Amino acid sequence: MTSSGQKKNWPLLAYACLYLAFIYIPVLLLPIFSVNDSLYIAFPLKGFTLKWYESMLTNDSMHRALWNSIKVALAAATISTVLGIFAAKAVTRYRMPGQKSVVSVIMLPLVIPEIILGTSLLILVNQIGIGLSLFSVVLGHVLINVPFAMAVLISRFEGFDQALEEASSDLGEGAWSTFRRVTLPLVLPGVVSSFLLCFTISFDEFIMAFFLTGNEQTLPIFIYSQLRFANRLPGVVAMGAAIIMVSIVVVAFAEWLRRRGSYGMAEDTGL
Amino acid sequence: MSVEAGTAGAVISRPEGLRERITGLFMRSEALRGYGLISPTLIVMVVTMGMPIGLCIAYSFWTQDYLTIDRTFTLANYQEAVTHPLYRTLLLRSLMISGVTTVITVLLAYPMAYFVAFHAHGNKMTWIVVLTLPFLTSYLLRVFSWKIILGYEGVFNAGLISLGVIQEPLAFLLYNPTSVIITLTYAWAPFAILPIFVSLEKIDRSLLEAATDLGDGPFTRFLRITLPLSLPGVIAATLMIFIPTVGDFITPELVGGRDGKMIAKVIQVQFGRANNYPLGASLSLITMITITFVSVIYIVMTRWVTKRIA
Repeated sequence: MTSSGQKKNWPLLAYACLYLAFIYIPVLLLPIFSVNDSLYIAFPLKGFTLKWYESMLTNDSMHRALWNSIKVALAAATISTVLGIFAAKAVTRYRMPGQKSVVSVIMLPLVIPEIILGTSLLILVNQIGIGLSLFSVVLGHVLINVPFAMAVLISRFEGFDQALEEASSDLGEGAWSTFRRVTLPLVLPGVVSSFLLCFTISFDEFIMAFFLTGNEQTLPIFIYSQLRFANRLPGVVAMGAAIIMVSIVVVAFAEWLRRRGSYGMAEDTGL
Repeated sequence: MSVEAGTAGAVISRPEGLRERITGLFMRSEALRGYGLISPTLIVMVVTMGMPIGLCIAYSFWTQDYLTIDRTFTLANYQEAVTHPLYRTLLLRSLMISGVTTVITVLLAYPMAYFVAFHAHGNKMTWIVVLTLPFLTSYLLRVFSWKIILGYEGVFNAGLISLGVIQEPLAFLLYNPTSVIITLTYAWAPFAILPIFVSLEKIDRSLLEAATDLGDGPFTRFLRITLPLSLPGVIAATLMIFIPTVGDFITPELVGGRDGKMIAKVIQVQFGRANNYPLGASLSLITMITITFVSVIYIVMTRWVTKRIA
């Protein structure tokens, strides 16, 4: 901590608080309306009720959509992270001619709007006749996840001492067991964050899924289909509120673990 | 090393000069191993991006003939896309809405990121977590909550009425380009905060001390050291917000109304109800080319301006 040790900057602190209000107030409306005893999402508030949470628990199509989204996100995150590991290892360990262009090609989906990637993939899927399904959604999500996975993993692969790998092979380990016993444990935090990032992106992805989903809906597509019916909205809002609360609990728990020092590594210096 | 020895044995029988053989071997094995390792990723990218975009280009030169595709080469789709005033209006409006959104989002996020990087002593990570937490909930519901805020019976109107500022709810808050900009500004906030924070965090603090020692006040120091050094983050944030928002159709659909409609909506209609893939493909490509063009101009201009300042 060598930060230039200024005194507290009050205007900036006030701005930070306003900014927090700006990003928190809209999402906090969801929990408020999730317990509001009215079919209409509008002020003034009526009484307190838990019936929207009850309706959420008995809504089978919502459960199926949730389960579909979990399956898609697990598959997409796993595949993207594995592909990211290959790419990151190749880029950081081998001198390859044309390496920059290869990395640029893999990063390309970041600078192409999803509507173009989604519709193009839709054309391909129709053309080769594999049809729209959760599988085509996974393909689309892998495409948009891989750049993120590779970026996260490259910074992790760059961060550790290559001599450790050399030592392992000098001591007679083969390529695979060096990877399993030396490389993997060292890059594991990167692998975990890549997986979580990809899972989060895929779980909430709408545009690619909109074009590539078949009869089985993912959760965002399900939510979209419900937004048109006023009488189904409170149930959806209750689910949104539940997602917020679950993520707050999960993140708070992870943060607590990190503070206890049993999670992550010394990379967060000065924190 | 053992793998390289194996490759060496295979190559050594070739009649080549010793020097070329050694350098060639080194280059080949290292580059080949690198490309071998990265090939699964590249193949997936080719199948899920290269081939689809290639097909998209091909489709843009074909025509839809009810349920089949007529594969005679034509520029008719491009002609329609360029001459039809609706598409031009929507594309220009999309660029305008995304441009304004990007500028506002970055301007709002910069002081916040600056605060975390320089003034949040000891708990930066907690701040970053707190700042990204609201964005873990569904994108659609986050957009929807702005409908609750700006709507006719929404938070904003209810608040103004209870304060006695207005008697009747304001109807013009929702369903226009401004409500799209406000909602997008909100939805894309983390994409501005994170890159700017990372670039501010990377700045060597001793440079700032040096500037102070050499007599720069806080403002000059910010202008001459902090701002230029954080520009990579600002540029990354700008592109990460501008490019995807031009292609967004769901936010305009939920809060934009008729006047807030954007280009992605007509593309989506061509691939959906209208079932005219070739026209949709050419609109997609025109949009992509326009976005690339605007982004390249932006990057070149920023570089030029930075060079002039520095």
